[in-house]
Amino acid sequence: MNKDDQDRMKKLLQQALPPVRRDAEPRHDLWPAMLRRLNARPATTVWAGFNSAWFDGTLAAGLVALIASSPASIPVILYYL
Amino acid sequence: MQNGESDVLNEFQRGDAAAFETLFHQHQRAVYFWILRITRNPAAAEDLTVETFWRVYSAHARFEPERGFEGWARRIATRAALDWLRARRTESELSTEMLSKVAAPAEADPAVTAEIRLKTAMAFARLPPKLRIAATLTVIEELPQKDVAAALGISVAAVKLRVFRALRLLRKDLEKQGITP
Repeated sequence: MNKDDQDRMKKLLQQALPPVRRDAEPRHDLWPAMLRRLNARPATTVWAGFNSAWFDGTLAAGLVALIASSPASIPVILYYL
Repeated sequence: MQNGESDVLNEFQRGDAAAFETLFHQHQRAVYFWILRITRNPAAAEDLTVETFWRVYSAHARFEPERGFEGWARRIATRAALDWLRARRTESELSTEMLSKVAAPAEADPAVTAEIRLKTAMAFARLPPKLRIAATLTVIEELPQKDVAAALGISVAAVKLRVFRALRLLRKDLEKQGITP
């Protein structure tokens, strides 16, 4: 895709999705919602943290195994990073 | 940075709730506006603003006052918006009405019909969220690439690459629908 193609795509995208209005602001003060969020039970528990760490570790190990068994997959993985 | 502002940042870093409230009131509009630019959904932008400040509050100990609050909060807001984009299919929510609700009036090109605009918006919504954010902020919102790079935590070259890939994928999608940009 050359520079002209890119410029045409940019113009089309700007026609389809104009920028957000500069005066946009929340409909109301969000502090009450923030207070409710702060007073709610924390979403992350020790158990959830452990699960998350376990999942991340497994995912990383899977990726390493995939790369070791099939080095040709490296560009594909990099593409989706 | 003025002394008063610096004090608030230092107190926030130590976990002071009053300092957090001050920062919330100072920055909620800017954070909301930033998220709205990415999501284009006012209700989601409000929820994500609260989510962003929740993450900000949770991470106060890692905050570095000398580096300022705005850029740090913007990076966290960008990650929260990215999580939101990944979690849902915005394409199904798009309509001409929704598109015009948050957008500034644009000078319409008579050659671009409403149908083409809607199809383009829908094709754009199908792009991978990482590419979509980069293209939204640089092409649609016309923000400096270095600001976008800082918010996304990547280099300017990576921003350019993501925008290029976004435009290329968008063109391919439109061509499949018989639209030649």
